[in-house]
Amino acid sequence: MMVSKKTLAVAAMALSVVFLLVAPFLFKPYGVFILSTWVVMTIAAIGLNLTLGYAGQVSLAQAAFVGIGSYITAYLTTRGWPFWSTYMLAGTSCFIVGWLLGYPALRVQHHYLAFVTLAFNTLVYLIFRNEEWLTRGIYGIMNIPRPEVLGWSMAKPIPFYYFLLAHLALISAATWALIQSPWGRAFIAVRENPIRALSLGVDTRRYTLMAFALGAGLGGISGSLYAALVQFIDPTPFALGLSLNLLLMVIVGGSGYFFGPFLGAVVAVLLPEWLRFAQGYYLMGYAALVMLLMIFCPTGLLGFADRLLTPKAKSDSGPNPVLPDSAAPQKAAG
Amino acid sequence: MATDDILTLEDVVGGYGKQTILNGLSFGVRRGAITTVIGPNGAGKSTAFKAVFGILAVKAGRILFDGQEITNRPPRQLIADGICYVPQGRNIFSELSVAHNLELGAAAAPPDFPLKQRMEAAMDRFPVLRKKAGQQASTLSGGEQKMLEIARGLMLDPKLMLIDEPSIGLSPILVGELFDLLRDMRSRGITVLMIEQNAKRALENSDYGVVLELGRTRIQDRAEKILADPRIAQLFLGGGLEPAPA
Repeated sequence: MMVSKKTLAVAAMALSVVFLLVAPFLFKPYGVFILSTWVVMTIAAIGLNLTLGYAGQVSLAQAAFVGIGSYITAYLTTRGWPFWSTYMLAGTSCFIVGWLLGYPALRVQHHYLAFVTLAFNTLVYLIFRNEEWLTRGIYGIMNIPRPEVLGWSMAKPIPFYYFLLAHLALISAATWALIQSPWGRAFIAVRENPIRALSLGVDTRRYTLMAFALGAGLGGISGSLYAALVQFIDPTPFALGLSLNLLLMVIVGGSGYFFGPFLGAVVAVLLPEWLRFAQGYYLMGYAALVMLLMIFCPTGLLGFADRLLTPKAKSDSGPNPVLPDSAAPQKAAG
Repeated sequence: MATDDILTLEDVVGGYGKQTILNGLSFGVRRGAITTVIGPNGAGKSTAFKAVFGILAVKAGRILFDGQEITNRPPRQLIADGICYVPQGRNIFSELSVAHNLELGAAAAPPDFPLKQRMEAAMDRFPVLRKKAGQQASTLSGGEQKMLEIARGLMLDPKLMLIDEPSIGLSPILVGELFDLLRDMRSRGITVLMIEQNAKRALENSDYGVVLELGRTRIQDRAEKILADPRIAQLFLGGGLEPAPA
């Protein structure tokens, strides 16, 4: 291999960062809005990637947490609370609810767990829709203000986009640090083989609950930002469809790869927009594309890239297959 | 049971669901010795290990470790007590690096545990692990993986190692090295309790032997006596033992 995986990854990252920084000047306001949506959804998908990708806990409830975060910010900021306090509250509330939702995961796994979390998502959606005294039901909550940062208004699309981007940068850095810490290793151990992890004394119970809580907390933060981005929320966006969409982002990007959610959100948020030229056919085209993607790269886009860039010595044992350093710690380097 | 037994099983009953595998199993493990458990398939050897290590619920009877009752204690606590368990087959985390696998051996360690020093010491003892520390553990050979599992088990200085079929899939030379390693552990004061299919070779490297059949102890004696027992050959060549004299 001429170019190491690490070099390629760094180059791709640098290019993406440059693009994200100059992007608002290349697009019309609608384009900036779509990019902002991408940022918000990426944050929610990073959370789900912790729960599902790293710790192996299937969750179809991420939309519920985005919704809870959104409603907390919408309800309180429209009653005069400062954005930041609602933001912290959204994150911590979802962390706690996520922790509680983790308890079923200690008893059931895989598709059973998927159904438990699916039911939770439906329940939360019904509360948003039916409890009008609290959520205003289908009328939604309007005029959600955007925050100020050090006296600077984030009300205009471009400043708000940079505001979101800064969030994404901070959350990415924190998540990266978490994954590189013994915590990240414990998550992977719990996913790879919970019994094995347990017999080494890994507190699988705590890590399972934590995987849910952290993923949900990021969902809540994403929701809080979403409310400020769209400035009007109603129950519709937080139905099961969004949970499935977030799941799609994690899987298509590459479950358990650090940059998987970033790429997955490109596919789930940006691609449909780019396919709009096909008018009535764009959703069909999009569906076909996702199917092809899953057939040819079931480990997601980054899993596919990983396979292309890894020298073919992938044998399990045998005499010393030499892997490049970048492949060493874990696949998270992707 | 003798007072210098580090581990004692007393009339242990346990199994999976309604099926009981251990039917009142009792034996003792002498401190500082290597003891091998043998017996035909289904005798309950691995089940007994799981029961000791808190992975399988003990329904009746009790288990003592170092004079304390440990029946149904969770694994995390047993590790802190000084027991480590190396299950049968592959037990590495293939996606993690060799160093990170080793680090997981200290998952139950107290907060002031000198992790760095202990990892260095482990890699000094197993140079191959240092050489491959940064590689994904799946790239190790079968023998190296077993070494990694044992090194990982030794991270917290256990008093007792339970090791289930360590020689499976290893070449005869590697099996020799493995038994050397177990004897070396014994010389450092670690008690070893192992299960082996390769009964003859294991007993030749052990101090004591325990023969299980149908979830009960049939014979417990010094290893060389068990090796010389004509009934053992019969047990392993098919058929059960003659009904024990009442």
